[in-house]
Amino acid sequence: MDSLTNYLLVGAILFSLGLYGVVTRRNGVAVLMGVELILNAANVNFLAFARFGGMNMAGHVYALFVIVLAAAEAAVALAIIINIFNNFNTINVDEVSELRQ
Amino acid sequence: MMTGNIITDFSLLILFLPLVAFTINIFFGKRLPRQGDWVSVGAILITLILSLSLLINMFMNWDPNFSHEATMSWIDLGAFKIELGFWVDNITIVMLVVVALISSMTHIFSLEYMKGDIRYNRYYAYLGLFTFSMNGIVLANNLMSLYIFWELVGVSSYLLIGHWFEKHSAADASKKAFLTNRVGDIGFFIGIMLMFTAVGTFNFQELFTGVSQGMIGGTLLTLAGVGLFMGAVGKSSQFPLHIWLPDAMEGPTPVSALMHAATMVAAGVYLTVRLFPLFSPEALTIIAYVGGFTALFAASIAITQNDIKKVLAYSTVSQLGYMILAVGVGNYIAAFFHLLTHAMFKACLFYGSGSVIHAMHHSLHDLHDHDTDPQDMRNMGGFKSKMPITNWTMTIATLAIAGVPFFSGFLSKDAILAGTLAFAQHHPQHFILPVFGFGAAAITAFYMFRLIFMTFHGEPKMPKVFEGIHESPKVMTFPLVLLAGLSFFIFYTLPYFNPFSDHGWFTELIKATNSVAPGNPTAAEIYEGVHHAHYLAMGLSLVVAALGIGLSYLMYMKQKLSAETWANKMGFLYKLSLNKYYFDENYNRFLYQPFLKLSRAVAYVDWDLYDKYFINGFGRVTNILSRITGRMDYDGLDQTLVDGVGRSAQGLGKQLKKVQTGRLQNYMLFALIGVIVILIIQAI
Repeated sequence: MDSLTNYLLVGAILFSLGLYGVVTRRNGVAVLMGVELILNAANVNFLAFARFGGMNMAGHVYALFVIVLAAAEAAVALAIIINIFNNFNTINVDEVSELRQ
Repeated sequence: MMTGNIITDFSLLILFLPLVAFTINIFFGKRLPRQGDWVSVGAILITLILSLSLLINMFMNWDPNFSHEATMSWIDLGAFKIELGFWVDNITIVMLVVVALISSMTHIFSLEYMKGDIRYNRYYAYLGLFTFSMNGIVLANNLMSLYIFWELVGVSSYLLIGHWFEKHSAADASKKAFLTNRVGDIGFFIGIMLMFTAVGTFNFQELFTGVSQGMIGGTLLTLAGVGLFMGAVGKSSQFPLHIWLPDAMEGPTPVSALMHAATMVAAGVYLTVRLFPLFSPEALTIIAYVGGFTALFAASIAITQNDIKKVLAYSTVSQLGYMILAVGVGNYIAAFFHLLTHAMFKACLFYGSGSVIHAMHHSLHDLHDHDTDPQDMRNMGGFKSKMPITNWTMTIATLAIAGVPFFSGFLSKDAILAGTLAFAQHHPQHFILPVFGFGAAAITAFYMFRLIFMTFHGEPKMPKVFEGIHESPKVMTFPLVLLAGLSFFIFYTLPYFNPFSDHGWFTELIKATNSVAPGNPTAAEIYEGVHHAHYLAMGLSLVVAALGIGLSYLMYMKQKLSAETWANKMGFLYKLSLNKYYFDENYNRFLYQPFLKLSRAVAYVDWDLYDKYFINGFGRVTNILSRITGRMDYDGLDQTLVDGVGRSAQGLGKQLKKVQTGRLQNYMLFALIGVIVILIIQAI
């Protein structure tokens, strides 16, 4: 039970869920939540490697960095989403697509 | 005394001044004051002065053997050389004076005669071109440059005969003159080439040396001589190529005087005189017979012609025949002498006829009569009271041509007839030649006086027209008076005053040279024979001239003998003569028509068969082939291969475009799929 594989499995499940959310959600906020999940999957992996894989304190520090980064990312992304809403009156990512004419 | 260089310079100026006048007039004549006639007249008068100074120099030198040659190389290809050059001797100088004198008289005469003509400047330009080319012939020292100028003379003749080309008859006449001359010129060219092949030079003097060394002889020399003579037959309008000269009278009358009486047609005679030493005895016999026959034959046509210019035209043909006859019997100096005297009195006669036609034309114009022919002598008569100067000058010239003593024609004709008599004495089988000569002399006297009587004497045939006849202005009578003056014997016998002997500057300064062709008598032998026959010829020629004049006087002056009854009595001969022996008709029937038929047949083969089936067949096959290759190229290559590449790229692009959705989530999904695929591949 207390083994690296289980942790990595949890991380992989989290990553997959996050990726699924990013790919399938139409709501911009939900996409953002998917990204958070992916980041947290990475955190789980870092901590697992710190505990079992010999990464030691570096794993913890990286996890902390990721949390800080996730907070910053969430702040910026939410600001973008608010701006999108102001410009397009929607946060549905399919409708704000301007890459393709 | 002139040095050789000065003579060369003078010759160059004499040659090129008329060409300068031609160039100026043809390009700028219309814009110059008086349409540039003063340029031409000025140039020709300077030419005349230069020629006369050469003549004076000749008198001061008094050297029968004077000869000056100047050459420049034109084409030099090693063995093959063509040179351009002058050969100035006494014959050249006399001929230059004749050309310059008659040409300047024509220029002056035309000032009035051609006044108001629509192509006045062009007329003067062409006169300049002609004078240039004629001087070129006179000065040439080799056959090649002579031939060039020979053709140039043909062109200017063509242009001037066709001066009024709006008239169909004039346009046809110019073509006829040009084409008939071509026939002769082919022979001429063959002759030149035969000479060149055998001797290897065009130069006259070198040819003489070559022939005397026997580089060409026998039949080939005769052939070459006949070839060269053919050029003269064409240009001097000898039988059977005489047909063009009477038609050439369609040109303006001063042109007829200059070219078709005095100078251009004399070029043929001049050529035979120049090349006399080259002719073999056989060739000379042919020349004599052609000339003699032409003399009599043309004279017999002139009797019945009613057009004043036609009479003069046939008279010219006949007189040229005389000259050719004289060359043929070896007395070629007499031929040149007759050329000189004939140029003066025949030009005078032509100017006279021009003056008469001019007067008739104006009178008819005032009467608004455009149907009456101003050249028909049947509409004239009694003009002597209205046109005294024309009457007197023409009468003097007629006396000269008829061979009456005290006039120039008597001397030259006499020399020719003496030559034929001498020839017949040596060769009794050729007795017919003097018969030709004396017969022609009698007929000439007859028809020339017929012309004078019908025009100037008797009752006016058309009184209304007669009222309006006036003497021509001074610019027209001046040449008449001058040339009539030059028809007196004195100008040719100086410093002697014996009217019955041609002994004078001419015979002293212009000496015959020996023929270089084997078998010919020497110049001295010929002279000896002529000298013996002299008095007999003189007596006979006086008798025949008196006969001719007397008959003419009785018929047309006194009306003692009715011309009509005589014509009826000899109805067949009369008709033959009136219709010029049906030469034009027979040429048409037996030469032109069959030739046209042949041409048409050839054209049919060429166009309807060869072109249509063979050439067009090629076209059609090519057409089909190109259509096939076209289809292969366009449909096969372009449409499938070339366009296919494009189209497939386009189709692929269209398909791939769908992948580019523009949705980040899709891209991410693709990336994910990509990662999974890579992982699977790695796992395997």
